[in-house]
Amino acid sequence: MKGLIGRKVGMTQVFTAGGERIPVTVLELGPCVVTQTKTVASDGYEALQLAFDPVLDEATSRDLSPEQREKRLAKRVRKPQRGHFAKAETTPHRVLRELRVATAAGVAVGSVLTAEVFAVGEVVDVTATSKGKGFQGAMKRHHFSGQGASHGAKIHRKPASAGATDAARVFKGKRGPGQMGNARVTVRNLVVEMVDAAANLLVLRGAVPGPTGALVMVTGEE
Amino acid sequence: MADLVKLVEERNRAELGLDPTAIPSFGIGDTLRIEIEVTEGNKTRQQPFQGVCIRRAGGGQGESFTLRRVAAGVGVERTFALLSPKIKKMEVVRRGKVRRARLYYLRGKVGKATRIKEAGRDS
Repeated sequence: MKGLIGRKVGMTQVFTAGGERIPVTVLELGPCVVTQTKTVASDGYEALQLAFDPVLDEATSRDLSPEQREKRLAKRVRKPQRGHFAKAETTPHRVLRELRVATAAGVAVGSVLTAEVFAVGEVVDVTATSKGKGFQGAMKRHHFSGQGASHGAKIHRKPASAGATDAARVFKGKRGPGQMGNARVTVRNLVVEMVDAAANLLVLRGAVPGPTGALVMVTGEE
Repeated sequence: MADLVKLVEERNRAELGLDPTAIPSFGIGDTLRIEIEVTEGNKTRQQPFQGVCIRRAGGGQGESFTLRRVAAGVGVERTFALLSPKIKKMEVVRRGKVRRARLYYLRGKVGKATRIKEAGRDS
């Protein structure tokens, strides 16, 4: 499996030559630094640890002297963390995620992955935290039908029956009101419409979980 | 970061050879003449359509407009995506002066009642 960490930038529409309008999601994807490789021998499974979003990015720290950089990093990143990034010969990043791979042995720690690992037309999966909707009723949360609005009905949006009288209890996992959203969601099989590794750009057909600015993980088959 | 969205839109236009500055500024009540690319079998040709703009909806990449004309006694309304690559030509034939953003009232009227005043210089 291959994958990258990124951020959701927003949605727009693009036209095909045939005049068809397609909805797309724009992602700022990578660059990601490999900060650690895990193998069966060392950890019992094969994975890469990817780092994303430098604590001191180019735009805000360009004019800082090396001393100022050091000072700021010391304040923002704990020493054990800094040592971890120093091992990969990179600067501290805000996000660390693991990516399961078939064999991690061949990948060099400190190597940088960019959006070019994906190609136009390829199918990918996107994992992110969905927008939180709070505590919602069964109608909104599970698309229950609800009951009548009129004819003297006193029940409108309640979940109503929770099961048969014969069971004399409610089965585990019975759907009802509760927290909706703010959960880890994976959307599968989104088609890549545009890639620009230089701009860290990945454009996918369709929607991606989470608000604008949300952290996303894009994965695809090798 | 939001610039990436603009970048995507610009790339898409460049890829299709579209020029948004070629779209004339027009408002509700204006009469437009546009040419749409139509594919029939394996032939493509330009089909003209002229009518009064009775609606503009949406914004940005999703903006659309509706033209209405009466053809052979039957009202015909067609809605187009403003930025569609299928629209090959667009010109304003006549500027109309109206007091509504949606000219749906034209649907119920025929003949003289559907006239729209020509816009003056300052309107």
